[in-house]
Amino acid sequence: MASDKLIVAGREFSSRLIIGTGKYKDYAQNAAALEASGADMVTVAVRRVNISKPDEPMLMDFIDPAKVTYLPNTAGCFTGEDAVRTLRLAKEVGGWNLVKLEVLSDPKHLYPDMEETLRAAKLLIDDGFDVMVYCSDDPVFARKLEDMGCAAIMPLGAPIGSGLGIQNPVNIRLIVEQTKVPVIVDAGVGTASDATVAMELGCDGVLMNTAIAEAKDPIQMARAMKHAVIAGREAYLAGRMPRKKYADPSSPLAGLI
Amino acid sequence: MNLVINGEEHTGLPAGLTVAALLKHLNLPERKIAVERNLQVVPKSTFGKALLSDGDRLEIIHFIGGG
Repeated sequence: MASDKLIVAGREFSSRLIIGTGKYKDYAQNAAALEASGADMVTVAVRRVNISKPDEPMLMDFIDPAKVTYLPNTAGCFTGEDAVRTLRLAKEVGGWNLVKLEVLSDPKHLYPDMEETLRAAKLLIDDGFDVMVYCSDDPVFARKLEDMGCAAIMPLGAPIGSGLGIQNPVNIRLIVEQTKVPVIVDAGVGTASDATVAMELGCDGVLMNTAIAEAKDPIQMARAMKHAVIAGREAYLAGRMPRKKYADPSSPLAGLI
Repeated sequence: MNLVINGEEHTGLPAGLTVAALLKHLNLPERKIAVERNLQVVPKSTFGKALLSDGDRLEIIHFIGGG
């Protein structure tokens, strides 16, 4: 298992778990959860500095970008142009080229606007970014994004922040089977077993935020997620036994006294 | 000199301010932020010589928690 690394756009990650940095009580709790999760990539948002409070704590004071890969996102962008503008600025903070594209639509379900996502992905790739793209669990769109040159395909398991688990394992599996770049379930995981299911389907990784941040004990849940992702990955590589209709005794029936 | 910084008007700033001087004036750490001036990214390497003009619209951003 030592060589079983997640590789995205030529970058190697030791963990297949990527965690968000939103919704935590504070950055200190976020940093502790990150440590417990073993993740080496975190998503971050780009926002205006509150210039009237220059002494407010900053994320970079708690999570060192030299040790953990920052994956700037485009949350809040509704057009390709907004996404490019935001990520060009993100790049200037520290030279980040690997980014997460998300172009959302209706706040009720936060489904990606796939038409605009495709357009934005093209703009970002043309601008030199390595794009990890949040998308619907539609294999047709996933194929289009891969053909365009996205670095990772990140279908939702369920709506963002819902914690409902993998709603459409058939589609996730179809996407896994057809895709050559990493497939990472992004959104929808609620508890450890959901992450394991995603990994057992053959996904290359799982990205989650709320499942950890809104657990009663985020640090313990972060640790649970670390194990869940490893368990799912190993089970996938090991290859599960076939499902059978009837029982099959584990102790031999021959030689009974 | 007047500037619009993160959508807010700032009046009475000294003329001839560079981006680096403005950041110092605002007490913001260069390492953790990025600056856009009139929709163009200002490369960090040029903060020291990038002169601001009256009416410039600046965005100063950093990273916060997000998913």
